[in-house]
Amino acid sequence: MSSRMRRARSRTRHRPSGTSGRTRAGALALAAALGGTIVGCGGESARRPTVNLYNAPQENIGVLVDRCNRLARGRYTIVLNTLPRDADGQREQLVRRLAAADPGLDVLGLDVTWTAELAEAGWIRPWTGEYERRARAGTLAKPLETAVWEGRLYAAPYNTNVQLLWYRSDLIPEPPRTWEELIRTSTRLAAQGKPHRGGITGARYEGLVVWFNSLIQSAGGAILTPDGERVQLGAPALTALGVMRAFARSPAADPSLSSMREDDVRLAMESGRAAYQINWPFVYASMAANRPDMLRVLKWAPYPGITGPGRAPLGGANFGVSAYSRHPREAFEAALCLRDAESQKIAAVRDGLPPTIRAVYDEPEMARAYPMRQAILDALETAAPRPKTPTYQNVSTVTSAVLSPPDEIVPVRTEARLRDLIGDALSSKGVLP
Amino acid sequence: MSTRAPARHARRRISEEKTAQRRLALWLCAPAALIMLLVTGWPILYAVLLSLQRYDLRFPDERAWVGLSNYAAVLTDPFWWNAFWVTVVITVISVAIELVLGMLLALAMYRTLIGRGVIRTLVLIPYGIVTVVAAYGWRYAWTPGTGWLAGALPPGSAPLTEKIPGVAIIILAEVWKTTPFMALLLMAGLALVPDDLLKAASMDGATAWQRFWQVTLPLMRPAILVALLFRTLDAFRIFDNIYVLTGGAADTGSVSLLAYRNLIGGLNLGIGSTMSVLIFLTVAAISVLFIRAFGISAPGTQGERR
Repeated sequence: MSSRMRRARSRTRHRPSGTSGRTRAGALALAAALGGTIVGCGGESARRPTVNLYNAPQENIGVLVDRCNRLARGRYTIVLNTLPRDADGQREQLVRRLAAADPGLDVLGLDVTWTAELAEAGWIRPWTGEYERRARAGTLAKPLETAVWEGRLYAAPYNTNVQLLWYRSDLIPEPPRTWEELIRTSTRLAAQGKPHRGGITGARYEGLVVWFNSLIQSAGGAILTPDGERVQLGAPALTALGVMRAFARSPAADPSLSSMREDDVRLAMESGRAAYQINWPFVYASMAANRPDMLRVLKWAPYPGITGPGRAPLGGANFGVSAYSRHPREAFEAALCLRDAESQKIAAVRDGLPPTIRAVYDEPEMARAYPMRQAILDALETAAPRPKTPTYQNVSTVTSAVLSPPDEIVPVRTEARLRDLIGDALSSKGVLP
Repeated sequence: MSTRAPARHARRRISEEKTAQRRLALWLCAPAALIMLLVTGWPILYAVLLSLQRYDLRFPDERAWVGLSNYAAVLTDPFWWNAFWVTVVITVISVAIELVLGMLLALAMYRTLIGRGVIRTLVLIPYGIVTVVAAYGWRYAWTPGTGWLAGALPPGSAPLTEKIPGVAIIILAEVWKTTPFMALLLMAGLALVPDDLLKAASMDGATAWQRFWQVTLPLMRPAILVALLFRTLDAFRIFDNIYVLTGGAADTGSVSLLAYRNLIGGLNLGIGSTMSVLIFLTVAAISVLFIRAFGISAPGTQGERR
């Protein structure tokens, strides 16, 4: 989803369930027995538990898995299982298995928006004692907060993410600070016959909710009340909806705004159509690879707001431990290793995933891969998390359905409809579109 | 006169034999019927039971019987009705096109003298390809930047992200895929038309057109109706093509896709099962309509119908 940007393109090896790993271990033991050394097959699997990691595709996660397996010195073996590329597909597979109490899942790579749902259903274990202390130590506050539900820690933050404004300094000398300024900039560029589009995720999916959520929080409001129990919206929502409508109907809007996701937004800028885009930092590495000539003029600025700087969307992923895991101790250990400072540095430098441990940002390797690291850290101070509720999936689905397409938003009417449908979604009543 | 009594006697004996045979037949059928009842009857009943409950897998504690309120929620929902009408449009248009194309293909396959085997194989290829694989082929073909079909469109258009072009592409993929099936069923119907009848009609001076409309088609009626029924039921349950092509974006989802979204994505067994039951009822209604209105017999009992 939006929040989980990835440069990874290749699928890593896939293992459908936990049993195959054990079967292989058993086969190894059997082979050893046939060799005349030990008697009794399956003995090895009892000594070395398999920890099944289910994670979104990430090109170099194998490096982390190998590293942690080495460090484990035979206490456990992590086996990587790659989930589908899109977040809905990932969640679908995880919840389907968890609902069926599948013991083949141990460590789960979770989008920051799933914590409440999985914790409330009792599908992931709370982190306590020493594990909790290690997961919290040195971790940035905002990413940590996404892993907390009702005061308890349910996951260890792996990577975080924030959106920034990326603009071409040859077209826009001074970065706009508000959405109004962005629209004005586009209008001016259009009048001069220069590339004037602005890229934003306007398709009917999580990306549209992310946009709305950041706008409403920049306007001082929220979609839900702080406890996540009721709908808030109100005047800040009207402001946010007004901005979305104005943007979608201005020269800034791409003709295919209502079908654009992160990658389309990135491509619009790389192809020279857009003068700026609102996107995750993966666009930097992508432009370095695809348009080195344009990289020279690519600059970044804080997420635009209503009257001043805005509150950037907060994304990222955390590691949880399944409630049905047969080796919870090993699973917690493995999860901690996969997200320790060294692992996060590898993921940041090789796969472009912003770390959640503050100290990693000061590593010398980070300077080259992350010239925008200070901007990310600054944005993390005020970043806008998405609403916390066990029914987030429902809330998000109806919100994107109501907001799409953005140019047909009529603030007062749209707000009323959102209030109505989100209210139903919170009690998991009504139909999901 | 004298033969009447023994004849009656014989008839009674035959009918006794028939009763015994029928009883044996019932016994022989019983295991199969019982298994059918278990594997189809129970899931249907279970779905009905689920549809009467508030049952969200994420909130197992809130499970409760709620009567028909799930049905009220679904039947008053605009998303459901949008999906319903999209499904109806896809069904009606695709089956209509398939009938015409299928008839042409059936005639071609039936009447060709040379290369009959090759032609029949060629026609059947689309039907032999896994739907999801074919759907991915279509999806990439229509994706701007990568597709050979998208290249023929004006730049900037992304047909799969808009409602009407999206539905049109879904119908196209569906027609391409299942026309061979229609053709196959219709070809079987063509075999029912005796050649003598056509020859006689031609002797009477009927043109080829008249022979087709007034001899072939009426005789093929049972086959056509069975083919239509099969395809209508299939088309109404469309899922995989839409799942791959548009994923239901821009309101192009079918009722099956909506049920899937609520069941698997939303984990809402109550609402999801309600939709499944409603789809089941609609499919049942379509079958009854076909059988009542057009008087077709169930496949396998053709000719026995009185």
